[in-house]
Amino acid sequence: MPATQPVIEIRNLVKSYHRGGQIVPVLTNITLDIQRGEFTALMGPSGSGKSTLLNLIAGIDKPDSGMLRVGGLDITVLNEGELADWRSHNVGFVFQFYNLMPVLSAYENIELPLTLTNLTRAERRERVELTLSMVGLSDRADHYPSELSGGQQQRVAIARAVITDPVLIVADEPTGDLDRQSASDILAMLQRLNTELDTTIVMVTHDAFAAKTARCMVYLDKGELILQPPVI
Amino acid sequence: MHTLKLIIRNALRHKIRTGLTVLGLLIAVLAYGLLQTVVDAWYAGADAASKTRLITRSSISLAFTLPISYESRIKGVEGVTTVARSTWFGGIYKEPKNFFPQFAVTENYIDLYGEYLLSPAERLAWARDRKGALIGRQLADQYGFKVGDVIPIRGSIYPGDWQFVVRGIFEGSDETKITRHLLFHWEYLNEWLVQRPTRKANQTGVFVVGIDAPDRAAAVSRLVDAQFQNSVAETLTETEQAFQLAFVSMSNEIIAAIRVVSYVVILIILAVMANTMAMSARERTAEYATLKALGFGPGFIAWLILGESMAICVVGGGAGLWLTPHAAAAFKQTAGGIFPIFAVSHATVVAQVACALAVGVVAAIVPAVQASRVRIVDGLRAAG
Ligand SMILES: Nc1ncnc2c1ncn2[C@@H]1O[C@H](COP(=O)(O)OP(=O)(O)O)[C@@H](O)[C@H]1O
Ligand SMILES: [Mg+2]
Repeated sequence: MPATQPVIEIRNLVKSYHRGGQIVPVLTNITLDIQRGEFTALMGPSGSGKSTLLNLIAGIDKPDSGMLRVGGLDITVLNEGELADWRSHNVGFVFQFYNLMPVLSAYENIELPLTLTNLTRAERRERVELTLSMVGLSDRADHYPSELSGGQQQRVAIARAVITDPVLIVADEPTGDLDRQSASDILAMLQRLNTELDTTIVMVTHDAFAAKTARCMVYLDKGELILQPPVI
Repeated sequence: MHTLKLIIRNALRHKIRTGLTVLGLLIAVLAYGLLQTVVDAWYAGADAASKTRLITRSSISLAFTLPISYESRIKGVEGVTTVARSTWFGGIYKEPKNFFPQFAVTENYIDLYGEYLLSPAERLAWARDRKGALIGRQLADQYGFKVGDVIPIRGSIYPGDWQFVVRGIFEGSDETKITRHLLFHWEYLNEWLVQRPTRKANQTGVFVVGIDAPDRAAAVSRLVDAQFQNSVAETLTETEQAFQLAFVSMSNEIIAAIRVVSYVVILIILAVMANTMAMSARERTAEYATLKALGFGPGFIAWLILGESMAICVVGGGAGLWLTPHAAAAFKQTAGGIFPIFAVSHATVVAQVACALAVGVVAAIVPAVQASRVRIVDGLRAAG
């Protein structure tokens, strides 16, 4: 693969939802490239299709038509099982509401994706501890999500997303539920991941402040890419 | 390892909900076990009955008696060794709840019931006392009756205040034998009847017929009944076991009802359990969707739910199973001697285990299938 090949290649991607017998078009003909190591902010008003596009890129939803290659692999042709396997190796998820398992401790939540690998217990422990210290939560390893602040929970979620060393991290409004201070901590952390680990990040946000952290901005409106984004 | 941890912690998430469900299962499995044991106990008497004794009764109904003049003709039938009389007395000792059976019998009745062990001295003492009675060990122990005691019985079929003097206590030959009845002289009852012109004397409730070979029971029965065909009081002869079963089957509707109730109890807990699992699974839709996004398969999600359901059923059912024999023992104590044999059978235990496991599996099926099929994007939207 030439070094210049984009890690995400989207060509003429179309997606619509069926609602009450009606077809609701959400994404109409999206074409977009995202380079390896890029930190892209996906912006746009509510309902413009940002999450839908992100979900397609992350392989948790399927397009109606069009091509979608991630790391050179056309993921639109994969079946459910293949997609699940692909996600577990290639994609890290960060959600607006953290989506941690409430019955697992911070440590166990971070370890969870590794249970799908062949790593030994000791290898898992080593990686989890390293990642915990990276997100500054070594002293919170045994805490349950309910015992952590929103910002801390999101840090656990970020640790869970990077633990498998994925090609791509997708974050859907990762600061949407946080106060300003926590939000900027999270954004700084994502930025560090991007610069230090060279992880490709696609982040949905409608917060201009958050978007500024990213190095690249893509603007969606009514399911279409706006090539000339409005000045922020 | 991780799966088990998730299952157990999920189960403990709503402690009250899980606790109540476990309690419900405990009660259901216990109730099922006890009800099945009642059914078993009902039939136990018939199972213990002998095949070498025949009972000859009126072919019309047990409420009709037979004339004692039949006795010699029955004796004349080939294969018959002994013919004894036995009449159900149906009296009450102090209070109706103290129910125990009393029979007016001829002395040779004792010869037919080898499983009731009685010393020759006591037998002689009984034979000598017109008002004498023999009682079983279980009955004696229950009320503390001793030889020489006078037992007052209020007659209902034969109204009046009767008094019987205990002349002997018979033991069962083994612990399955029920020794909770009282025997007294048929002659004593008959004297009473003779004195009352409105009552029919010289009658017996049934004849107990001893035969020389159990395999000839059917043939001898037919011969006995043939003797009295087309007479005023036709007879029906069968083995004591068949007789007991016929007696039990009078209550067949009750038994059937108990059986139905025992299964209804299981169905109710199944509905409760299914509801619990459906509620839990619905609440966790976003978590299941998250797990799927991380790469866990639908089978893993289904296992989480099935495992949780099974865990609850194993704990609740196990507790119910453990409690059943204890509850049965307590029940036997308080129920007095209505069910002298009241033991939880092996088959009942197996059925209890099967019911608990079936509830665990069936209750989980729908939530497990639904949760494992949930589309990730829909499940995630359910959260926000
Ligand atoms: N699973 C779905 N079923 C039906 N309609 C959906 C679904 N997901 C999204 N939509 C619709 O698609 C449009 C875009 O949604 P979304 O991608 O979530 O927008 P955004 O993230 O930009 O706010 C909205 O009108 C939304 O109602
Ligand atoms: Mg969105």
